[in-house]
Amino acid sequence: MLAYFLQQLINGLTLGSIYGLIAIGYTMVYGIIGMINFAHGEIFMIGAFVSVIAFLVLGALDITFIPLALLVVLLAAMVFTAAWGWTVERLAYRPLRGSFRLAPLISAIGMSIALQNFVQISQGARVKPIQPVIQGGVVLFTGDEGFTVVMSYLQIFIIILTVVLMAVFTWIITRTSLGRQQRACEQDRMMAGLVGVNVDRTISLTFVMGAVLAAVAGLMVTLQYGVVDFYIGFLAGMKAFTAAVLGGIGSLPGAMLGGILIGLIEAFWSAYFTIEYKDVAVFGVLVLVLIFRPTGLLGRPEVEKV
Amino acid sequence: MLEVRGVHTFYGQIEALKGVDISVEEGEIVTLIGSNGAGKTTLLMTICGNPRASRGQVLFEGEDITQVPTHHLVERGIAQSPEGRRIFSRMTVMENLQMGALRTGAAHFDKDLDMVFDLFPRLKERRDQRGGTLSGGEQQMLAIARALMSRPRLLLLDEPSLGLAPMVVRQIFDVIREINRSEGMTVFLVEQNAFHALKLAHRAYVMVNGRITLAGTGAELLANPEIRAAYLEGGH
Repeated sequence: MLAYFLQQLINGLTLGSIYGLIAIGYTMVYGIIGMINFAHGEIFMIGAFVSVIAFLVLGALDITFIPLALLVVLLAAMVFTAAWGWTVERLAYRPLRGSFRLAPLISAIGMSIALQNFVQISQGARVKPIQPVIQGGVVLFTGDEGFTVVMSYLQIFIIILTVVLMAVFTWIITRTSLGRQQRACEQDRMMAGLVGVNVDRTISLTFVMGAVLAAVAGLMVTLQYGVVDFYIGFLAGMKAFTAAVLGGIGSLPGAMLGGILIGLIEAFWSAYFTIEYKDVAVFGVLVLVLIFRPTGLLGRPEVEKV
Repeated sequence: MLEVRGVHTFYGQIEALKGVDISVEEGEIVTLIGSNGAGKTTLLMTICGNPRASRGQVLFEGEDITQVPTHHLVERGIAQSPEGRRIFSRMTVMENLQMGALRTGAAHFDKDLDMVFDLFPRLKERRDQRGGTLSGGEQQMLAIARALMSRPRLLLLDEPSLGLAPMVVRQIFDVIREINRSEGMTVFLVEQNAFHALKLAHRAYVMVNGRITLAGTGAELLANPEIRAAYLEGGH
């Protein structure tokens, strides 16, 4: 029993890492301009597609040294996806800044549909498979009933990469000038302009940072499941959004915590209850959070002492 | 140093400034007094390009800055402590000061920090506290200190005395006089607290309904019976 539980814990943490990385993009954008970027799931999907294409290109070039291939694919996914994230903000959101609150939200939904359809048309609607890249794992221990707890090398890769990225991002936000400028825009955009912050550029960079993390998540999903299609961004995006709300939208540690909790809920629900209803369980959590704790676990109340 | 020529500013359909002319010379303290809603804050914000003047010109050191983006003005030497202080409430005092020094580079930072801590010792005690937890007076000190961290040549102050205890007001006005005397800082001060502002200022303007109605030295306006009746009698 314990072995089974531990195995689900590992699976849940891996899944949660991926959700957490996507959730950071939602939470950072919400923090700085107060909108839900509903196209963020599609940015993640594009990250997965770029990864697949990069793997295929490397395969054609006969580059088979795995660490090098992973590094190249990771960088390619980050760069191309960041460009998409930047462009989406530039085309669909910036012209609407200063317009009524719902306008960018509607634009985001439109962007989400447009990106899905663009990928469907340009890449085809069928699922794209790749060969497994990282195989094998470590047997942690064998339980009483002969159930072995395995942590695959891929899971180790995902969790370590997530921890490193989280550390880097936390450092950027709390310690660097860029992070201070982002927080300044988040708290008072007009004042940020008065002290010399280029507000538009800072918002663009926030989208780029969110897209970079989504690209990494896209690569992880590609490696984990071995298939991608144009529709994966929808469900993953909704779950990551749920994670961001659960953790407290606007809060960076909240997004990560929410992601991990959603991953664990999904893994344990699938293990102990009915796997068909795992999404119901996750979105049930969203409903409960919105009813009983709308600010999320680590979010702060809207009203502030001035 | 600063010249505002025939500036009109609109908020939607409402004309907040109806052709304003003022000038501020280097080394001066110039104050703009007027009642609530006269357009004083709008003038300061128009100087900073947010909102933009729909007609007229703003010149700084001889250059037309009417269309310069707000975030470039601090590099040119204009800093503002705006209405309502607008300190970054979820950042520490230190981070707020770092934001002020955003465009000055690291070379001067420590020296400038010592300078503002000398002016406002309270901020030094509270350097690691979040801005939002400071008292009103401390927040005002922080807003001015943040502006000073950008090494401005022109300091714009919007109602630094608002809502503060008389003793704190005096302290803040003393600091303004001090930086003007010792550093030669040019100050453009918007105030409702006319008595203190006129006593401090070399020259002053009076604004009513988006227009400048009177101008003169601080002492002249203090002695002017109209001004006394409208802005000084009763209180202060």
